[in-house]
Amino acid sequence: MGTDLQALYRLMLRSRRFEEAVTKLWEAGKISGEMHLGVGEEGVVAGVVAHLRDGDAMALDHRGTPPLVMRGVDLALLLKEFLGRSDGLCKGMGGHMHLFSAQHLAASSGIVGSSGPLATGFAMAAQYLHPGNISVAFFGDGASNQGMLLESFNLASAWQLPLIFVCKDNTWAIATQSPKVTGGDITDRARSFGLEAAEVDGSDVEAVYAAAGHLIERARDGDGPSFLLAHCPRLEGHYLGDPLRRANMMELAGPLMTAFVAQPGASVAERAYSLGTLLSLVGKTTVEKNWRRHDPLDKARRKLQSQKSGLDALEKEIEAEIRLALETAMMEA
Amino acid sequence: MAEGKKIRTMSFAGAIEDALGQAMASDNRIVIFGEDVHGLRMNLFVRFGEKRVRPTPISESAFLGAAVGAAMAGLKPVVEIMMVDFLGVAMDALLNEAAKLEAFSGGKWKAPMVVRAACGGGYGDGGQHEQSLWGWLAHIPGLAVVAPSTPADAGSLMLTALQHDGPVVYLEHKLLSNYWLEYLGSGGRTTVSYDIPLEGANGPVPDTWEALPLGRAVTRREGSDITLVSVAVGVHRCLEAAAALEKESVSTGVIDLRSISPLDRKTICEAVSKSKRLLIVDEDYRDFGLSGEVAAILLEAGLTFKYGRVCTEGTIPYSRNLEDAALPSTGRIIEAARKLL
Ligand SMILES: Cc1ncc(C[n+]2csc(CCOP(=O)(O)OP(=O)(O)O)c2C)c(N)n1
Repeated sequence: MGTDLQALYRLMLRSRRFEEAVTKLWEAGKISGEMHLGVGEEGVVAGVVAHLRDGDAMALDHRGTPPLVMRGVDLALLLKEFLGRSDGLCKGMGGHMHLFSAQHLAASSGIVGSSGPLATGFAMAAQYLHPGNISVAFFGDGASNQGMLLESFNLASAWQLPLIFVCKDNTWAIATQSPKVTGGDITDRARSFGLEAAEVDGSDVEAVYAAAGHLIERARDGDGPSFLLAHCPRLEGHYLGDPLRRANMMELAGPLMTAFVAQPGASVAERAYSLGTLLSLVGKTTVEKNWRRHDPLDKARRKLQSQKSGLDALEKEIEAEIRLALETAMMEA
Repeated sequence: MAEGKKIRTMSFAGAIEDALGQAMASDNRIVIFGEDVHGLRMNLFVRFGEKRVRPTPISESAFLGAAVGAAMAGLKPVVEIMMVDFLGVAMDALLNEAAKLEAFSGGKWKAPMVVRAACGGGYGDGGQHEQSLWGWLAHIPGLAVVAPSTPADAGSLMLTALQHDGPVVYLEHKLLSNYWLEYLGSGGRTTVSYDIPLEGANGPVPDTWEALPLGRAVTRREGSDITLVSVAVGVHRCLEAAAALEKESVSTGVIDLRSISPLDRKTICEAVSKSKRLLIVDEDYRDFGLSGEVAAILLEAGLTFKYGRVCTEGTIPYSRNLEDAALPSTGRIIEAARKLL
């Protein structure tokens, strides 16, 4: 297949620039509620989505924007949806967590883990109606502890469905570190259900592309479902305005010290352990920003720069596209 | 209140935490678990330690079910389901386990547990995060469901829930709980605003918490022409509407149910038998819910009255404008009340 790094980079860059525009709108108060970006996981999404063709389906989690942007959903329609406009993708009913495009067989949900069963159903329909088509489930490491997702592993395996489960492992579930609440290993779990399983560095889009290509080809050939775990950074916290990143230890100190001495309660050692845990939580979310070195775009750009392949022109083209989408979205009321 | 004594005031969320602290200090069987509780309940975590404040994986069906078992075996879990909407993935634990135990065991075994969840809309997060669902839950025999509207009730009802000998769903409305609204709504932004009922978000609280009786409504405002019945944020919208209606010389009573199940039939019947007009304001869905139930119990009591309801109709939209139109608002309440006069 003729998808080279430049094409993959293009997919990622469009998504990144789009979400940067979304961030500005959110900060300006033009987008309500939460805003979960896919910044940091573009390598995983691009490496998978680049293999999809008409008739393939996607079930998405609360970070549904990048897959839809990369799949070719109209950017102005997405923006209008985020702005809550009646001419948005879902008429302003869904917002960024509940995006649907029937034309692309793409559906998202804010309920963690629900992409598993949904993608299983998409795959069932593909197997029956359109052999050769496949479905993809995107979800996180946190979702991998949700019962319905694990049940989907089993169902897909038992029915040999054309389905790829893609776990974007950023090690976090909001403010909980996944490894602390996860027994065993997620990839081993998938394998034990009879899924073909692979692990990949999700910040290396070419590696994801290669690994996903193999699994998707198997699925198209009727060789059954698989699981791909891709490690990726969480560059913008759990969501925009993540309170852990804004945590002001000076403000928290008073109540925490009161709690530390309040009687009765746990032993001093237990209390000290709790304080330490909290400090480390805040510390860890703050240093996440330094994960920039794992930014999939930076990595790809470094490789491309050595090839002198017209990156500036690409940058300009995408900026222009997004500016136009913004103008369209803001203009017609 | 003794002269010169300062009345404590607290935020709605602060009151819940304070009451929980008091209860946990006096009963070490009380344990908290749920997603992110280290961060969400950091003060209780520091005071009572990891053994009693324990974060869970995103496995609601497992940990809610575990709460039932833990309660049956001697603990008193306060199990947190972040948003009541997420109960969907774990309904077996409530519907077929917790709620059935007392009946199935012939009353010989009970599961005293509190399911704490945030509910309600008004900040533009869409229909999977903003539902109320108290009517849906109260439909199930064996479950108690409470939803406070003031800090004083928030703390007292937490004790009520903890003292009850069966499962209680404790719902915390996000427009009243400052931290939820900050996390899910503003995210630190000053560019967004919400219609927060101030008297619900902050207010006076008792020096020491005492449990209210379960299933006791309170009359927030006396009125002889029409009775408004509501719960949680709806109560504050009703009070606003009542103040506006007073300017039109309509004497409007407001009842705060506080508990959806059990339901305080007596208080509602007494008020409506006098006013002969009932308007129920319910942020939960209109059909097959609390609003119809209240009408039914009044009819069963043989009362004749004019009836109206202002509820959430259909899936709650993401768009703030559409959402405002879908949720019960002061404007909709006034309009509906006028039709009954
Ligand atoms: C059933 C359910 N439980 C809890 C939540 C709240 N919640 C939203 S995102 C999230 C963390 C998800 O973690 P993960 O799947 O790893 O994805 P990430 O956000 O890290 O990309 C949680 C707990 C939810 N939306 N749905």
